[in-house]
Amino acid sequence: MLPRVARVRRRRRDGPQVWTLDIETGETDTATLPGQFNMLTAFGIGEVPISLSGLGESSAASQRLLHTVRAVGPVSAALARLGPGDALGLRGPFGVGWPMAAAAGRDVVIVAGGLGLAPLRPALHHLLADRGRYGNVTLLYGTRSPDDILFRRELEAWRRRLDIDIEVTVDHARSGWHGHVGVVTTLVAHASFDPQNAIALVCGPEVMMRFTINALRDAGLTDDTIYLSVERNMKCAVGLCGHCQYGPTLVCRDGPVMRYDRVRGLLALKEI
Amino acid sequence: MAIEGLERIVRAHPFFAGLDDSFCKLICGCAKNVRFDAGQYLFREGDAADAFFLLRHGRVALEVSAPGRGSVTFQTVREGEIVGVSWLIPPYRWTYDAKALDLVRAIAMDATCLRQKCEADHHLGYDMMKRFVPVLVERLHTTRLQLLDVYGTPA
Repeated sequence: MLPRVARVRRRRRDGPQVWTLDIETGETDTATLPGQFNMLTAFGIGEVPISLSGLGESSAASQRLLHTVRAVGPVSAALARLGPGDALGLRGPFGVGWPMAAAAGRDVVIVAGGLGLAPLRPALHHLLADRGRYGNVTLLYGTRSPDDILFRRELEAWRRRLDIDIEVTVDHARSGWHGHVGVVTTLVAHASFDPQNAIALVCGPEVMMRFTINALRDAGLTDDTIYLSVERNMKCAVGLCGHCQYGPTLVCRDGPVMRYDRVRGLLALKEI
Repeated sequence: MAIEGLERIVRAHPFFAGLDDSFCKLICGCAKNVRFDAGQYLFREGDAADAFFLLRHGRVALEVSAPGRGSVTFQTVREGEIVGVSWLIPPYRWTYDAKALDLVRAIAMDATCLRQKCEADHHLGYDMMKRFVPVLVERLHTTRLQLLDVYGTPA
């Protein structure tokens, strides 16, 4: 439960109020899975759960992890201000990640909304690193405006590859934007995948995920092939405190990645 | 282009999937091929809504102008989709601009001609409504999601 002291190696701006911290953990062998999260502490301010957004260039002496933070509250703002050499607390990794083994041999449809691209980024790295194991890989990414697009250079690099389909849409744009405009759910119907042999990974604001699930079901995916990353108020991260209770589940222990058929009834409940 | 060619194109367009032969003939009497270069406007806000467009190629941006913000695109429409529903409802006036983002090829349907045919043949009118209402509902639904600004910074 005690955080270890880690240090920021680099900090990169990835969007308005969004920063990616390249963190040296000081450890060598912490196994992480795409979709898992760490508890990050801004000393003297507080602790927040932040999903892994990638792996840094680890050395034999120390593993490096990437976390992408949007500065919206006191803790995340303090974390986002950290620069090279600054210390932070780190506990983890925690939780259930994306079902990479279940995705093998299938088409993979990734639907990300806003900052939700960050927890999906390690899954994309995983898919692209072992591309031959999967069928069609499609990324559908929606965000507020062209200025809010995360990991823009990486998206452009992925787009140049011939083995992944990428569609980006924004909710509204000025005249200079030549990409799609409209909500991300409208991209699903145009995506190329075999619904009989596909799996979907979805992460974004909960409203966006609800409507994306509808679009995926309309496209023929079954409930047990849709996975989403649920966000709740995680505190202890080890299933003891109950802050992140989500119906009969605890998001820190049973999630954050959950299969849709297991939480179908919970998504529509306003009370939780 | 000969009517047979237009019929083939109209029938192949996803918007008119499963269209009855007799309706297809009626509709194609109101249709013509059009093209717009990138940057050219299909129509402008305030103009009479005297047509709708079946997109065959290219993309169209739907825009509104806001003081101090210039033109804001709120939706893009692509091949296989349609542009324009204001021709259905009085006062038949466009409420936004439609601009070609790249070379656009489309079938333009003369709205006055089509409205008259729908009035004369209510079966055709009903068929058209069944095709347009889902488009209207989908656009209302997506507009609602855009208004929620779900990617905005939480308060």
